[in-house]
Amino acid sequence: MLKIAETKDLTAIVEAAVIKHGAHADAFVPILLEINHEFGYIPGDAIRMARKFLHELYGKNPEEHILVSEGQLYGLASFYHMLHTEKTGRHVVQFCESAPCHVQGGRELWKSMQQSLGLAAGETSPDDRFTLKTVSCLGVCGVGPVVLVDDDLYGNVTPEQLADIFAKYE
Amino acid sequence: MKFKRSMVLVSNDPESLRKGAADVFRAFQLELANFDLTEEISLTQFTDGGREDALPLVIVYPEACAYGPVTVADVKRIVEEHLYKGRQVDDLLAPVKELSGRIGWLKTRKGTLPSEKRVVLRRAGRIDPENIDDYIADEGYQALAKALSLTRMQVIEELEEAGLQGRGGAGFPTGRKWRFVGATKSPKKYVVCNADESEPGTFKDRVILEGDPHSILEAMAIAGFAVGANEGYIYVRGEYQLAQYRLEKAIHQAREMGLLGENIFESGFNFDIHVHSGAGAYVCGEETALLESIEGKRGEPRARPPYPTTHGLWGKPTVVNNVETLANVPAIILNGAEWYRGLGTPSSPGTKTYTILGNVNFKGLIEVPMGITLREVINIYGQGIVPGQSFKMAQTGGSSGSIIPASLQDTPMDFESFRKAGVSLGSGALLICDERTCIVDLAITLMKFFKFESCGKCTPCRVGTDRALRILTAISQGQAHLDDLDTLLKLADEMELASNCGLGQTAAVPIRDTLKYFRAEVEAHIRLGVCPTGVCDMASELEMA
Repeated sequence: MLKIAETKDLTAIVEAAVIKHGAHADAFVPILLEINHEFGYIPGDAIRMARKFLHELYGKNPEEHILVSEGQLYGLASFYHMLHTEKTGRHVVQFCESAPCHVQGGRELWKSMQQSLGLAAGETSPDDRFTLKTVSCLGVCGVGPVVLVDDDLYGNVTPEQLADIFAKYE
Repeated sequence: MKFKRSMVLVSNDPESLRKGAADVFRAFQLELANFDLTEEISLTQFTDGGREDALPLVIVYPEACAYGPVTVADVKRIVEEHLYKGRQVDDLLAPVKELSGRIGWLKTRKGTLPSEKRVVLRRAGRIDPENIDDYIADEGYQALAKALSLTRMQVIEELEEAGLQGRGGAGFPTGRKWRFVGATKSPKKYVVCNADESEPGTFKDRVILEGDPHSILEAMAIAGFAVGANEGYIYVRGEYQLAQYRLEKAIHQAREMGLLGENIFESGFNFDIHVHSGAGAYVCGEETALLESIEGKRGEPRARPPYPTTHGLWGKPTVVNNVETLANVPAIILNGAEWYRGLGTPSSPGTKTYTILGNVNFKGLIEVPMGITLREVINIYGQGIVPGQSFKMAQTGGSSGSIIPASLQDTPMDFESFRKAGVSLGSGALLICDERTCIVDLAITLMKFFKFESCGKCTPCRVGTDRALRILTAISQGQAHLDDLDTLLKLADEMELASNCGLGQTAAVPIRDTLKYFRAEVEAHIRLGVCPTGVCDMASELEMA
């Protein structure tokens, strides 16, 4: 998804996100989520632009109270797990490491996953193909252990299935 | 797996054993084989028979029929008459002197097992969640209409009378919370639905939101009317995309029909709802962190008091309720407090949803009356532990729940009984572990979760979870000392006493439970350098070899 993202117009996307959600404090996280969704992470420039647009929009509606610093927006981006401040690989592999998955075979799966990708948690492969992350419970524990690749969810995963799953993502 | 039509439980507490329960158990094995029933009927043992005069006690499910005292000579009759021919053996039934203890409790519950009792999940999967007509055809928005015809105080009193307790884990009386907010004088108040369900192993709220979104909107409008609020937020965890989509759609439909917005049912009452997406932070399930998050800040819990009931969202009085709690509200308003009190136990009325997970034959979500025991959940709804294994422990309520050893599996699961036993019901996740699970390995998994999700605001939690994880990891590698266990307990005390919010406080629970119930297994790692279940990679063992 990043191939397209690199050619996307950062300014236009950030401006659209700010206009869509408005210049309210409760719109900060939704705006950042939207930027993250478009680029796979939140580029530093996007934070500067988001602040600028937020203040411009606020100028048009002075009755709404908003004053935000770049640091505050960065603070949000670094706090929430679904927002990334670093560039990720073309595909993000997320492994649920919570207890329900763990006792249902997750322990063995996590070992073979790190081996087959040659990555530890938080690392991105040199060819930018995969980023491996761990994630807290995804709420689909009935079919654990669970692996999420981009937006595709795989349940009841065994080590033997990993090669076939990863082969689908170039 | 073959489905068993009946389950026979034989008591095996010390008193029963003294009275020959072991022989009774063997006689059942023999007779079931004689009648060729072994395939259809499961036979297990249980402790806590309740009254001494009825021991050894034999319970037959699904009828919840209690025989006792049972001798070896009675076994053939029970098997032949009851299990083979289907006729209850009346003269062998345990005498019912009073409705107390296990027998009395079974009597009052007779007929309610093993079928579920669905209140909050009654529509999920039965109606089209994206079509408001389906909801309206099934009593939808009638409770709101009824509430609007009452006074605000009448609505609150009905809830108080029903005894509804918060289903997010703490069990705080919902009616009292509403009363607090209703009593404030602020012209602006909020109703917030906590749908940031992130407790590992819990997905009840997702099923309610995805399967019956209108019930939450209706409940929030009722809450808004009762406390005097006209704006609501639903904070849905970021990963629940489908739930967000369906809620947005439901809100749109309700507005079109005038069930949300201005002058609802021509009563002059206005109420509207926003859906707010989370962005991945477990700690935002803590109500003050959730409010911070809506306000566009890092989800770090506030110091309390003041509580949200007086200083909540944007500093205004706010009701914060869990999804499952709210889903009970329309049913209570419509059917009355008395009906609700008829479900569950006297101290914990109503139903509870549980997710059954782990090493059982059937995994999934159930809704049952409060007061069912863990053994019943495992054997009836979970259809037993996976073949060839036996029950070791259960972990309730996600990571911040308790570890329940086998000795507590007959404790009724309601807020009060669990509190007395020193364990917690939590959010209703039941992670069932068999004998292959290593307690140290499980504790590491739980502690990793807390460390990962700690927001870092307060030191006891930020540093405590990290230190605890290091020690537990050292234990799993055979590199710890016995002194480290004292350090662990000290850490647990400090985290519990000094942490700012529930995350740090409950991070202490797995440490305590581990050392309370499974100390021998932990010590084996340290003293002998051996993991009894063979799960942990004992580094020292490998190095020495």
